[in-house]
Amino acid sequence: MIWNEPMECMSRDQMHELQSRRLKDMIVRVYHNVEFYRRKMQELGLEPGDIQTIDDLVKLPFTTKQDLRDNYPFGLFAVPKSEVVRVHASSGTTGKSTVVAYTRKDVDIFSEVVARCLCCSGVTKHDTVQVAYGYGLFTGGLGLHYGAEKLGAAVVPISGGNTEKQITLLQDFGSTVLACTPSYAAYLAEAIAEAGIDAAELPLRVGVFGAEPWSVEMRAKIEEGLKIKAFDIYGLSEIIGPGVSNSCEQQNGLHVAEDHFVPEILDPNTLKQVAPGVTGELVFTTITKEAMPLLRYRTRDLSSLDYSPCECGRTNVRMAKIFGRSDDMLIIRGVNVFPSQVESVLLEIPEAKPIYMLIVDRKGTMDTLEIQVELDEKYYSDEIAELNNIRNKIKHKVESVLGVSVIISLVEHKTIKRSEGKAQRVIDKRKI
Amino acid sequence: MVIKQLSVFLQNELGRLEEVTDILYKHNINISACSIAETAEYGVLRMIVSDADKAAAALKENDFSVKTSDVICVETPDVPGELHKSLQLLTGAGINLSYMYGYSNGGTARLIMKVSDPAKAIQLLK
Repeated sequence: MIWNEPMECMSRDQMHELQSRRLKDMIVRVYHNVEFYRRKMQELGLEPGDIQTIDDLVKLPFTTKQDLRDNYPFGLFAVPKSEVVRVHASSGTTGKSTVVAYTRKDVDIFSEVVARCLCCSGVTKHDTVQVAYGYGLFTGGLGLHYGAEKLGAAVVPISGGNTEKQITLLQDFGSTVLACTPSYAAYLAEAIAEAGIDAAELPLRVGVFGAEPWSVEMRAKIEEGLKIKAFDIYGLSEIIGPGVSNSCEQQNGLHVAEDHFVPEILDPNTLKQVAPGVTGELVFTTITKEAMPLLRYRTRDLSSLDYSPCECGRTNVRMAKIFGRSDDMLIIRGVNVFPSQVESVLLEIPEAKPIYMLIVDRKGTMDTLEIQVELDEKYYSDEIAELNNIRNKIKHKVESVLGVSVIISLVEHKTIKRSEGKAQRVIDKRKI
Repeated sequence: MVIKQLSVFLQNELGRLEEVTDILYKHNINISACSIAETAEYGVLRMIVSDADKAAAALKENDFSVKTSDVICVETPDVPGELHKSLQLLTGAGINLSYMYGYSNGGTARLIMKVSDPAKAIQLLK
């Protein structure tokens, strides 16, 4: 089933024409309404008239996460505040999180693209969708919620966590679709098995999982554990939230809603476009969004593009499953974690030195984040209780900033390797 | 009496304790009592040594996290009930015990105790 055949199955020529028209229109709006972009374009000697087709994308300036932070909270709005009907903020970033906004039309677009993704995953109006993504500032919960409603499915807005209840509702409500992070899906599979419930007996048949990188092996494991077919949904709040792309039954890449979000793959070093099929940094330009259109937003996610038609009938470009990131941001159980956040927390705690090592691992199916911290020798104690107090204090502070649980290991001072240049602060042992 | 105890923060790592004893040996420092309190990731080595200040300086020079603290040493006859009597006195006076270690030999028991108020504890246990 294809939700919006005209938009998902048009010829490449038609798509080129549509994207060009929408880009031209968006550039005019952005140039006149967003000072940040007007200045950037002027610095490059660009005027709106210089952008005629989608091929002119390469002339446009980039946008980074830092730009969003610098313009916190509402500096990049392209509409008056009165037109905004919702705001979201990105997960897990410290202090100034990045804010995104939606007009009524943007919310419609958001619902539309998520409905496409669900349809792409084989979900219909006859399904019951258990949304176990977090509801709140995070776009996951509300994004899936609105998309599933648009599709006409019955939504169970349980939000994240509360595993026992999740299982009870899977049984009692007979949810047929589960939407959550892949790591939580894997955890649920284990919990269901431990509860002595046969997953095959549950009506659950489809999983729509995203918000963190996961492997093909993990997908197979979840499919086996929950006795379902698992699909990959991709998105990021800056672009819209979940719904930017989704895998179809061919499981060979994720179809991008490119009538709204135009992808490019760049060489992260030269920032030049690479050929289709070549891996590089994924960059998106939103061409329909009103409240906060972004030009060439650098996702830091690594992927590649495939423009060939898919056997499912869709012609929309497919992006390869994300397998890594081009910067040091870690995604732990769906939450963005930057090593620098840990450093800033440690700087506030006298007992700890701001010297640390992050060790990311996957125990069973859950991501774990261990932070080795050097104890300042002045605060060293001969009493275990005292040392545990220090450890718990660090743990508490770090967790409140990161929004994800961590393991704090106190280590002897001067035992973490010092570096002259860019310090190696992360050991990622996860096999994705 | 109140005596100085030396303690060392140690990561759970093969050979780490041996490095400590090596340094003490090279500085001709004698260990007369010791214990290790261990957690999953680290341990705390507590020792009574012949020269606590000299030992602390030598270990610090080798980047060990060390601390000297006051503990008390209690000597009692090596017969049933003696530890119990001592603890009764401490409890009665509201003195907390953090940890202790000890041994007995030749009819006498010696206990090293970390207490909340060493001076008062000594008075009581005299």
